[in-house]
Amino acid sequence: MQRLLLLVGTRKGAFIAEGDPARRSDPDAWRFRGPLCEGWPINCFRRNPATGTLYAGGASPWYGAAVWRSDDLGDTWTHSSVGLTYGDDGPAMRSVWQVLPAHGALYAGVEPAGLFRSLDGGVTWSHVEGLTSHPSRPTWAPGNGGLICHTILAHPADPARMWVGISAVGCFATEDGGATWEARNTGVRADYLPDPYPETGLCVHKMVLASGMPERLYQQNHCGQYRSDDAGRTWTSIEAGLPSSFGFPLVAHPRDPDTVFTIPLNGAEQGRFVPDARAAVWRSTDRGTTWTALRNGLPQSNAHVGVLRDAMATDGLEPFGLYFGTSTGQLYASADEGREWRRVGDLLPPIHSVATALVED
Amino acid sequence: MPTVVLPRSLVALFPGAERHVAVEGSTVLGVIEALDARWPGVRDRLCGPGPALRPFINLYVDGAPADLTSPVGAGSTVHVLPAVAGG
Repeated sequence: MQRLLLLVGTRKGAFIAEGDPARRSDPDAWRFRGPLCEGWPINCFRRNPATGTLYAGGASPWYGAAVWRSDDLGDTWTHSSVGLTYGDDGPAMRSVWQVLPAHGALYAGVEPAGLFRSLDGGVTWSHVEGLTSHPSRPTWAPGNGGLICHTILAHPADPARMWVGISAVGCFATEDGGATWEARNTGVRADYLPDPYPETGLCVHKMVLASGMPERLYQQNHCGQYRSDDAGRTWTSIEAGLPSSFGFPLVAHPRDPDTVFTIPLNGAEQGRFVPDARAAVWRSTDRGTTWTALRNGLPQSNAHVGVLRDAMATDGLEPFGLYFGTSTGQLYASADEGREWRRVGDLLPPIHSVATALVED
Repeated sequence: MPTVVLPRSLVALFPGAERHVAVEGSTVLGVIEALDARWPGVRDRLCGPGPALRPFINLYVDGAPADLTSPVGAGSTVHVLPAVAGG
């Protein structure tokens, strides 16, 4: 029998919602467990499909940053921060923001911004120094949310190729396994700088790879939405038709490279709520040329909620389910690719991340 | 041998760890390193780079505020306490 797990990272621990894939949008079909990871703030919570291990990255206000792991679907946990350090002379590690399994390794994106790699499933870590050795490093300055390496993308076939997104700095790519990196932000706008098109200093919020087309990426930025068809070397604005150029989450269709989902928010200085307090997931099926609001079942008044960059996910099934969690602790699910929505979780702590996992009994 | 009193929230992170532990050490840092030898990772939970004590961890030796360099006697009690913080 197949079980579907929603892995939810929150400000007060990790939660697992377990359900039947056939009843994904039925609120009564989900059983919640948590808070896990001793209630630590968790920014990223996902499963390594190759090993079945669960990973949760975050930081305790008292005990610092670490990556948690579970080999029994969350019943028991260990944590490690061995090697997650910039050394005794370097800045203190504030938090782990992203954990990504790729090509037999595990990667962590951290704050202050940097990339770490583990070759033993998260027991020990080493610093990928090439990224923080980029010539632009002296100019990296935190935005309001911090200086964070929050997005890590791995080329599906070439382990030497990766991309990262760093808040208030931009997109970087490597083609030599992390030894050297190139800033790739041409065409991305920084409305808050005198030069709106600098090489770095762009506030990337989220990036995703298009399914089956690893040269195509989509980006949600502080200042707009973008598409690249050349591995991030150049970006084209695709924000026309959206109610706001500001937002955080972005999810690619699991199979169609032309389709992407986003949740625009009403602006950096306007509260970062869904526009007009009416919740909607917006979908483009033509590479961002046009957009359609998907609202059925979502609150259409007094919805002063936001959705953070990693708090939306698909389950990859056919048809695929789509899920998102809000900054006020609601969890929504659609079993039909966004056409109809139902709230399947409530009264959770503020949700930082949502991921899915299919497990076989 | 000094006795260290650890908070519940720290003990919860290390299966098998105890709240009252007797370990060797002539300084607070030495005591923490002895704890780390028994339960690998404890040092990282209490100390950041430097090493420096994490901002929201308080230390007391025989009831007096202490830091990592504070001396610890053979019969001392070292309290490790999470500060009033968070939210």
